[in-house]
Amino acid sequence: MADLGTTTPGGYLLVLAILLPLAGIILSFIPGGRSAERVALWSTPFGFALASAIAVDVGRAGKPVVYAIGGLPPPLGIALRADGIAAVMLIAAAVIVTAAALYARAKFATPEGVRESRSSLTFWIMLQAIWAALTIIFVGGDLFNLYVALELLTFAAVPLVCIDGRAETLAAALRYLLFALLGSICYLLGVALFYGAHGTLDMPLLAQRVQATPVVWTAAALMTAGLLAKTALFPVHLWLPPAHANAPAAASAVLSGLVVKGSFFLTLRLWFYVLPALPADRIAAVLGWLGSAAVIAGSILALRQARLKLLIAYSTVAQIGYLFLIFPLAAGSQPWSAIGWSAGLMQVLAHAFAKAAMFFSAGLLAEALGHDQIARLGGAARVLPLTFLTIALGGLSLMGLPPSGGFSAKWLMLQASIASGQWLWSLPILAGSLLAAGYVYRILAPALSDSQVSLELPPKRSHEAIALALTIVAIALGFAPQTFFDFLEIGRPVPAGLP
Amino acid sequence: MTPSVLAGLVGAALVGLGLYGLILHPHPLRKLLAFNLIGSGVFLVFGIVARRGAAVGFRFDPVPQAMVITGIVVAFAASALAVALILRLSAETSRVTLDPEAWTRRNGEDAE
Repeated sequence: MADLGTTTPGGYLLVLAILLPLAGIILSFIPGGRSAERVALWSTPFGFALASAIAVDVGRAGKPVVYAIGGLPPPLGIALRADGIAAVMLIAAAVIVTAAALYARAKFATPEGVRESRSSLTFWIMLQAIWAALTIIFVGGDLFNLYVALELLTFAAVPLVCIDGRAETLAAALRYLLFALLGSICYLLGVALFYGAHGTLDMPLLAQRVQATPVVWTAAALMTAGLLAKTALFPVHLWLPPAHANAPAAASAVLSGLVVKGSFFLTLRLWFYVLPALPADRIAAVLGWLGSAAVIAGSILALRQARLKLLIAYSTVAQIGYLFLIFPLAAGSQPWSAIGWSAGLMQVLAHAFAKAAMFFSAGLLAEALGHDQIARLGGAARVLPLTFLTIALGGLSLMGLPPSGGFSAKWLMLQASIASGQWLWSLPILAGSLLAAGYVYRILAPALSDSQVSLELPPKRSHEAIALALTIVAIALGFAPQTFFDFLEIGRPVPAGLP
Repeated sequence: MTPSVLAGLVGAALVGLGLYGLILHPHPLRKLLAFNLIGSGVFLVFGIVARRGAAVGFRFDPVPQAMVITGIVVAFAASALAVALILRLSAETSRVTLDPEAWTRRNGEDAE
């Protein structure tokens, strides 16, 4: 644990990964709106290369890559760390941001001769800002630094929701902002209490110092509540469906696939990295119950939606519920907790790719047909075969049918729940899959029917290909080898007791 | 009652008042003001936390003070963003409401 404060050989890569999108934001401002698109598009391959290089470094060293900012190790300075899950999330973020940037060119490009518009400048800058904030969240090691990153993420995500300026999107964005602000202020109060009690906010140092005292419980409860509001777990999910369903498709994909995962990632960091020593069985059970409620309620609400984008947004509420089953299933140091851990991370990744692809497809479909009413989709699969193939494959992963990332995630969760004797958790997992099958069927059944439908505008093949590529990643995750799961374990603090 | 305890109680009261306002007031501007009240309470708690250093001989621990400054800047930026959204919303429609159904109901059907 002692070496988590000194810079390791590849540490500078973490700084570059943060600086790249930030430099992109500044560069987008200086030469004017027309070049923002070019800057964003050109920075994506570099970001992907950096994320891959970090992953290679982590894999080769078998331990986290660390960079102590300014050469000052914590508790004096702040350290950036990338472990297995951080490296994997960095790659996932780079891929989805790249896909969103390529997809968004149709709507937000400003070719020569077209007037620059405020919405396209906003889109490209906010996309890069989301990427920067997520990178800081994934590699940050200091709880206050992470607070600032969370706020950056919110400030970048809110304008994307209301980018078209219609009144309903403004109201959705405002609701999102108010929920997020309440969440972040709770988180900040928790940070203050942690600092007051233990004098450091560095995660590994704090993990050594915390004990089960009332102040630590209060701080943990406040931070968890704040993060749940930002992750849109069931009782505080109200802001998510209108916000995600009203944003442009490229933005929805990033919001649903990545942004909610940012605050979930911090919840994981809090309970598994900062507080592994606490006897938190009850808390884990409460989070598991909330997750189960989210799976059931989100899926049932998804079944009742009239619009495709709202259906997909409610499906996000349900799929987020699965993520919180990781808390009871990966707790402690039993052999099954590694299975639960793999399952949770697999669910994060599979949902990110599948959901981004589904939002892309919903956007293509809405543009091609001029509406996204599910009741009027009759026969649409005949005219948009690739789009519906994408929706079907993404749906496969959401339901958890093999072979797909979603299947691996749910299968591993079931294994962990049986192996740990907590078989009760297998009920929401199975019920959620059944309900997911229901709402995917609701989209596909009318689309495959015989009725005639006319296209307003044929979709671009390249856009359909982007969405299809993302679902193929979600499916391919189902074939992830054991080395991938071993990689996710790198840097995970395991409480004493495991060989 | 030491100044620290007094400041802590005031901080707690501010957070409580703010939470009450944030949850119960329907108007977004009032909600935003309530959020700022919570923020003030939290910053006050940070102020007391800064007294920790007193035990080791420092007059104050500068780290929480730096955090308060950052926190104030962030809260200010958040308020500015929220006010901009509220202004835009009131310019677009006569009613400033957070109800996402308000527009769909008026049209009788789901908005496109």
